[in-house]
Amino acid sequence: MVTAAHAGQVNVELKEINQLSEQGNQAAALERINAYLAANPKNAEAMFMRGVILVELGKRDEAIKGFTELSEKYPNLPEPYNNLAVLYADQGQYDKARKALESAIKTHPSYATAHENLGDIYARLASEAYDKALKLDTANVRAQNKLSMITELFGGAGKRSVTKPISNNTIPTPLPNTPPVVYPPVSNPTVTPSPVITPVPVPAAPVAEVKKPVAAVEASQAGQVTAVSEAVNAWARAWSSQNVANYLASYAKNFKTPAGEARQAWENTRRERITRPAKISVKLNKLDVKMKDDNTAIVHFSQEYKAPGLDATSNKTLDMVKEGSRWVIKQERIGLH
Amino acid sequence: MKISLSLLMNQQRIKALASVVLVSAALMPWNATAIHQDALAQPLFVRSQQANSIERLLVQALQSIKQGQLQQALDVIQQLLVISPNFKLAHLIHGDLLTAKARTLHRFGDVGEAENAKILDLKAEAEIRIRNYFDRDRGATVPKLMVDLAPSQQHVLFVDTAKSRLYVFAKSPNDQLNYVADYYVTIGKNGIGKKDQGDKRTPIGVYFASKKLNRPLPDLYGDAAYPLNYPNEIDSFEHKSGFGIWIHGTPSDTYSRPPRDSDGCVVLSNPDMKALQAILQPGNTPVVIGVNFEWVNPQALKGLAPTKQALKAALEAWRQDWTAQNTEAYLSHYADAFFYADGRLTQWANYKRQIQATKPKVTVNLNDVSMFTYPGTHQPMVVVEFEQTYHTATLHSVMKKRQYWVQEQQQWKILYEGSA
Repeated sequence: MVTAAHAGQVNVELKEINQLSEQGNQAAALERINAYLAANPKNAEAMFMRGVILVELGKRDEAIKGFTELSEKYPNLPEPYNNLAVLYADQGQYDKARKALESAIKTHPSYATAHENLGDIYARLASEAYDKALKLDTANVRAQNKLSMITELFGGAGKRSVTKPISNNTIPTPLPNTPPVVYPPVSNPTVTPSPVITPVPVPAAPVAEVKKPVAAVEASQAGQVTAVSEAVNAWARAWSSQNVANYLASYAKNFKTPAGEARQAWENTRRERITRPAKISVKLNKLDVKMKDDNTAIVHFSQEYKAPGLDATSNKTLDMVKEGSRWVIKQERIGLH
Repeated sequence: MKISLSLLMNQQRIKALASVVLVSAALMPWNATAIHQDALAQPLFVRSQQANSIERLLVQALQSIKQGQLQQALDVIQQLLVISPNFKLAHLIHGDLLTAKARTLHRFGDVGEAENAKILDLKAEAEIRIRNYFDRDRGATVPKLMVDLAPSQQHVLFVDTAKSRLYVFAKSPNDQLNYVADYYVTIGKNGIGKKDQGDKRTPIGVYFASKKLNRPLPDLYGDAAYPLNYPNEIDSFEHKSGFGIWIHGTPSDTYSRPPRDSDGCVVLSNPDMKALQAILQPGNTPVVIGVNFEWVNPQALKGLAPTKQALKAALEAWRQDWTAQNTEAYLSHYADAFFYADGRLTQWANYKRQIQATKPKVTVNLNDVSMFTYPGTHQPMVVVEFEQTYHTATLHSVMKKRQYWVQEQQQWKILYEGSA
């Protein structure tokens, strides 16, 4: 059994072996890890490290064997499943990869890397399906995803991308308990103007909350304003196109209904008003975004609403809040206050 | 286009729902009116067990998508792809369902590139296949066309080009038509109303499918091919050109083709073609090709009975006047615009007056009579076929005849007559 104490402890020998591996001296690292395992055959961290070294050496079949063994011995560890999935996916065995990731998620439902990887697996499966549908010979160029191989077992889950050396994925996939991203994606991976980062040990501990890189916070201020105005524009577009689903999705869970009525009652009214006119046009002018802090913003604009038989221009204020990675409307008021 | 409202259930599922809404919005081209909500609430409307199970699975998957059950949709699509691994439309929907798990789906066939022609074709196929299930009026189960099958005929095929659909009906003991099955079909690239050779259009009219072509055919024609008699007598008279309009199967690399893709042929998937083979086997199978048939309750067909009676009476009067060698009365059954292989009414009248001048004793009997309303004509027109037995002292002949009867000022007249 792996105990919490184990997880925190740093084994000097393993640390050295890990350094050897990180310096690229895989052959020596393998030799030492094998020796270590001969003495400590049940050490999960060592078994895991051996798997990672084997991957680095290109001995994928042996690595698969190693991770399989580890997952059988310690079925509650998510990382070995994740790495198995990456190796399977690399062989094009997407279904096996999917099952392995689902096992990883089953053990740790908030395991971000596994979620990310699972998304990639689905994207690859989708790409295969599209190829069959359209008889394209794109050989999966469409789904250029990167699957992250975990390199450290406990604590800091260091990641290496297995298919591409460069990972531009600095935005973690939302954890299942955060509100998921809805259409349209308000932020994309380029929001943070950080240089492309090579295999970062992103501090995405399996269970811990995902921390943002410190430098990115200030740099993202400008990106936040863009994200907020994009969210407001998306709301206006949904309204104009009479897309009730997207329109309603623009509102926060704890949205303050204008007359304090129940959410459902308000939604019903909105739905009726949005779908009834044959055509709606909503234009926003003089849009002004004020960031109050990282997660709240106030947006002022002049709203031009047109529907058959009704033209109305009014000033409006939206209180925006961030739910997960999305900006949504917390309150909607007439006027500029 | 409006989004179906019943999909908005709760906030927790909004990501999946956003995808669902987009998938179903892409697939459901009609306004989300109460009728369709109603149609969706009911179990799938499948009238016959013989209805194509592959398509039923597809519709079931689309229905699951519409109801927000993405996992169920995925299961069904995967089951379908096991049965029909080269069904491109199913692959595309499979792709969308998988994509929806990885990211937000923006549209039908969200391959991440600009919508291309192939996707638009598959979308058109999805729309027309699913519309067939949801737009059917319950109870309105027969096309409002006067059809009378001959004793030797068991089946008639109706092709509704607007619905990309071929319907099989069988004669019932009480001489009514019973629905048997219906299949998705591909028609001409440029639609309908074939006029010229190479116009890639499907003809509208009453045709007869001959027996299966026995010679080896290119893969394009799939498992079987049955030629139609385009151009028929009316087509030729109207100077329509072209040839080789067949009912045939699909190449081996695909389960189906887009709704409009052929050079004018009516194309079925190979499994559907196989199901049709027994019906087409005897040859001379009537195929009525039209646009937007009016579907009615079988009871409503009784309203056509007086017309049928009137036409039958006219046919009988024609036979009697001929038997009686009452030439002028006999000729009064022919329309002014009458034509036949060797000329028009004047030539016909002269010829008949000449050979009937001596009033020889003749017997004329008609057997195995069939009648088919010709679709899409200004003036009501019916194709009548029969086996004619003609007796004189010196001659005994039995021949298959085809006539086109038109209704002019409440009178049924013969527009064309010839051997079939």
